[in-house]
Amino acid sequence: MAASVTNTAETQRPVKLSCRNLWKVYGTKPKHYFDAFGYQIDVGALASRMRAEDHIPAAIDVTFDVHEGEIFVIMGLSGSGKSTVVRCLSRLIDANYGEVLLDGDNLLNKSDKELIDIRRHKMGMVFQNFGLMPHLTVLENVAFPLKLQGLSLRDQRERAQRVITLVDLDGREDAFPTELSGGQQQRVGIARSLAVEPEVWFLDEPFSALDPLIRRQMQDEFLRIQKVLHKSIVFITHDFLEALRIADRMAIMRDGKIVQMGTPEDLILHPADDYVAQFTSEVPRIRVLRAQACVIPATGDTSVMAHVPGSMIVESVLTELAENPSGVVVDDPDGHALGVITPVSLIQTLASVAEARDGGGA
Amino acid sequence: MGWPAVILVSASCVLAMGHLDWVAEFPSALQLPIGGLFNAIMKWMVTNTEPFFKAVTFVLSYPMGWMRGLLHWLPWSAFIAVLVIIAYRAGGAWLAGFTGISLLYVLGVDLWDEAMNSFALVFISVPLAVLIGFLLGVLGDASDRAKRAIMPLLDISQTIPAFAYLLPILLLFGFGPVVGLVASILFSFPPMVRNTMLGLRGVPLEIVESGLMSGATNAQLFWRVRIPSALKQILIGVNQTTMASLSMVIIASIIGGTADIGWEVLSTMRKAQFGESMIAGIVIALMAMILDRITFGLAEKQGSTMVKKSLVQRYFFPMSLLMVAGALVVMDDAVPFLGHWPDAWHLDLAGPLNQVIERFVIVSKPTVEAIKTACLFFVMLPFKIGLDKTVSPYTWGFAPTAWHVAGYAALIGLASLGAWRKGHVGLAVTALLGGLVFYIGLTDMPWIAILSILIWFAYRLGGRKLAIGTALGMLFLLVSGSWDKAMLSLYLCTIAVSLSFVMGASLGTLAAQYDGFSHFMRPINDTMQTLPPFVLLIPIVMIFKIGEFAALLAIIGYAYVPAFRYTEHGLRHVSETVVEAASSLGTSRAQMLFLVKMPLALPNIMLGLNQSIMYGIAMLVIAALVGTTGLGQEVYVGLSAGNFGQGFVAGIGMAIIAITADRFCQAWQHNHQHHVTKE
Ligand SMILES: Nc1ncnc2c1ncn2[C@@H]1O[C@H](COP(=O)(O)OP(=O)(O)O)[C@@H](O)[C@H]1O
Ligand SMILES: [Mg+2]
Repeated sequence: MAASVTNTAETQRPVKLSCRNLWKVYGTKPKHYFDAFGYQIDVGALASRMRAEDHIPAAIDVTFDVHEGEIFVIMGLSGSGKSTVVRCLSRLIDANYGEVLLDGDNLLNKSDKELIDIRRHKMGMVFQNFGLMPHLTVLENVAFPLKLQGLSLRDQRERAQRVITLVDLDGREDAFPTELSGGQQQRVGIARSLAVEPEVWFLDEPFSALDPLIRRQMQDEFLRIQKVLHKSIVFITHDFLEALRIADRMAIMRDGKIVQMGTPEDLILHPADDYVAQFTSEVPRIRVLRAQACVIPATGDTSVMAHVPGSMIVESVLTELAENPSGVVVDDPDGHALGVITPVSLIQTLASVAEARDGGGA
Repeated sequence: MGWPAVILVSASCVLAMGHLDWVAEFPSALQLPIGGLFNAIMKWMVTNTEPFFKAVTFVLSYPMGWMRGLLHWLPWSAFIAVLVIIAYRAGGAWLAGFTGISLLYVLGVDLWDEAMNSFALVFISVPLAVLIGFLLGVLGDASDRAKRAIMPLLDISQTIPAFAYLLPILLLFGFGPVVGLVASILFSFPPMVRNTMLGLRGVPLEIVESGLMSGATNAQLFWRVRIPSALKQILIGVNQTTMASLSMVIIASIIGGTADIGWEVLSTMRKAQFGESMIAGIVIALMAMILDRITFGLAEKQGSTMVKKSLVQRYFFPMSLLMVAGALVVMDDAVPFLGHWPDAWHLDLAGPLNQVIERFVIVSKPTVEAIKTACLFFVMLPFKIGLDKTVSPYTWGFAPTAWHVAGYAALIGLASLGAWRKGHVGLAVTALLGGLVFYIGLTDMPWIAILSILIWFAYRLGGRKLAIGTALGMLFLLVSGSWDKAMLSLYLCTIAVSLSFVMGASLGTLAAQYDGFSHFMRPINDTMQTLPPFVLLIPIVMIFKIGEFAALLAIIGYAYVPAFRYTEHGLRHVSETVVEAASSLGTSRAQMLFLVKMPLALPNIMLGLNQSIMYGIAMLVIAALVGTTGLGQEVYVGLSAGNFGQGFVAGIGMAIIAITADRFCQAWQHNHQHHVTKE
């Protein structure tokens, strides 16, 4: 059952951005690990050798794909190398080894000039502490990337105004960043990164500097925007619950390595190791599991039952079941029935998940 | 622990100096003609580079001439209008009013032309200094190697006294206003370099990254992201450069022939026309305050008024300036007094002022004399020539007997023993040596004794490196024959800085305790710091006459401010949690101050001492104008006699004292910090 869940709608779309065997090492002589003789195939051994020789391998053989329209979340504790990876993708820092393919084209080989062009048209990035220019107003900040491209003042205004409306900042155009709240400032950051209408969108802990309540609100806002725009997204966070809320797929990083990758449900149902299990153990299952993961084959007549989409969170399914005690039919996005859920079957599924977790944790 | 050796050496030197000449005085056979060497080098330079410097002079004299011509041609009304409008923009109605009234004062006392000559120098030198400083700052930010080359240069240029700059420039560029210009540029660009580097380094990484992700090219990243983000700091650099420039323009007028406002002060002061001197001094003070407030206001203003503007709005300000100036230029044909301030409107302030001053001097004479002699007999002379020569029936009211000497020795011994018993070895030794110095007098101490004491202190504070550096510096003073002069400077500086520090730190402590007092002192401190040091001399000389005491006061007036500011800042910024924790333990106000805040603020207070020393040494040369002996005087004599070597050696001597003192302070701070973090 669970294996089929990995194939979400997004993963069937073409790959937009692909990160292959990416390494970034800090230290005095990082290059010599990757010359013709130095590169060892055994990743773990190489990383330990680097650490022993006073180098910091901040990204170790990182590989993942981001599909068109997908939200890919990289989650990990602070210092685990998330920012390093996303900065290698945008080439704010240069990776030591590996490939970053955007539409199949290796970004790491691009000249400065090509890179500027790519950043002007295909990439947007949002920063943890907003990175707004203090001397520019909201409108000027948002229009800044357009101004750098040399667009006419009218185009700048028009396009900037459009994204300002999108992030719901109408009326604050002439304010300076210091006059805005943290949440508002990040809205400006988001608007600015969207002003060039990028295809891939990087967000490095965009909501980590905000209060929990505002954070929640901004996550909803973010999802709303994504529903409209369908960008291909790499989203960094250290907050597991945040990752669960917004991820289509996510990767968990630890000490520079990706330790597990999959949908949020995958991770919760099958944590790869204790480290991942520590994150997942506190999460209420009914808030994460989706209906499609709990279906049983239909028996008897299903024509009178209510239908729910497979992506519905189990918590909501409970409400449905309260109204339809005999059970509900679960549909895939195309409207085909995947199976049914009855109150009894749901209780059994949840019980087995809890058992698996307690067994795994011990 | 070499302290017994140090005491032994000092004591035996003192005993032997009556019998052995080379103990008392550094043998002249060992002295090298360093001054002559410098003169020879300079001569070679002058003859070989003459065309180059002639060319520079030629090139620079053009904009100078134009600026002078412009400012003299411009009707006073237009000049005032333009400056008032700028002041309004920088600091609002208050600053505009202040600027207007100040400039009217300049007109009223008939010093307009002199002021314009000084302004012309400043207006040319500031843009050039800003440009040079900015370029060097950008270079230093871009390349670590460049930075390593620039930083020591900046350090040195800050410790070499301003007067010492004048000499080589005078020799290379020949007499004329260009000397003032070049000196002022050289003196004023370092703060611009520092602030540019500081600003560029301070731009948050995320802002740079967001610029990059917006698709900025290198040039765009620099001009549209980094410079605007650093602009405030850079403009503070402009402010400091402007002030340094004005200060140097005033000092440079000592060369003469410029007919500017500095010369006016100097020449009237030399003729003891204090009324005239005061009036001109006030003009300088006003010029300084106007320039300071305007440039500072423009720096503060940044980032708060840049709303989207149309083309007309964007250029409205410069256009309005041009238009007002143009209108006034046209109008002064029709309304002559707008172009030329009528003679009938000149006030004769000098006459009445002189009378007032005279009366004041006569009335206050007994008090002034009492203060002066007390300070001289009980503080300055004992330190300078020692108690053994100071104490006499005429000064202290009794003739010293063997009993007195024994009593003094016993007192010192007891103090030292007390410190020793409490475990403060350093303090005990210091007490002994201090007692010795006060008995013999700093200038009479044998050079070997001072050398060994200083090196010992250096070693204790900063280890071998500092000891070697100190030894080399002292060696230069000895070999170049500046030792005696240096000791005179050291004596005056030590007293002045000690008093400045005591005064500044106590007042700063008060200010940290009482907000009202703090508010009261702030404008006074600001004024003391903005005033070109020259101006400070006028009232002091007026009341106390030329002499060492006047110099002492002048130095104190200038050097107490950093001690004040750092102390107040340090005490006010002691960590909240510590203060709360302490008050929860039930500390009284006094206990809080002396047991909690003072120790925590100590690093900051010591930074204030460090700065006070630097300011004190910088002021020493200027104080030489009112009659001190020592290195400051040497610089000044060298300057007026055109003897480059003499002046330059003295200048280096002062730099050595300044740098040594600075390193001592830093070493102390380093030790202390270490101590704090270790706990
Ligand atoms: N410029 C740098 N020089 C040296 N080490 C660095 C540098 N930047 C990051 N690191 C190290 O790389 C590791 C990963 O950092 P980072 O990617 O910022 O982590 P995260 O974003 O997950 O908190 C950390 O151990 C950090 O100390
Ligand atoms: Mg990070």
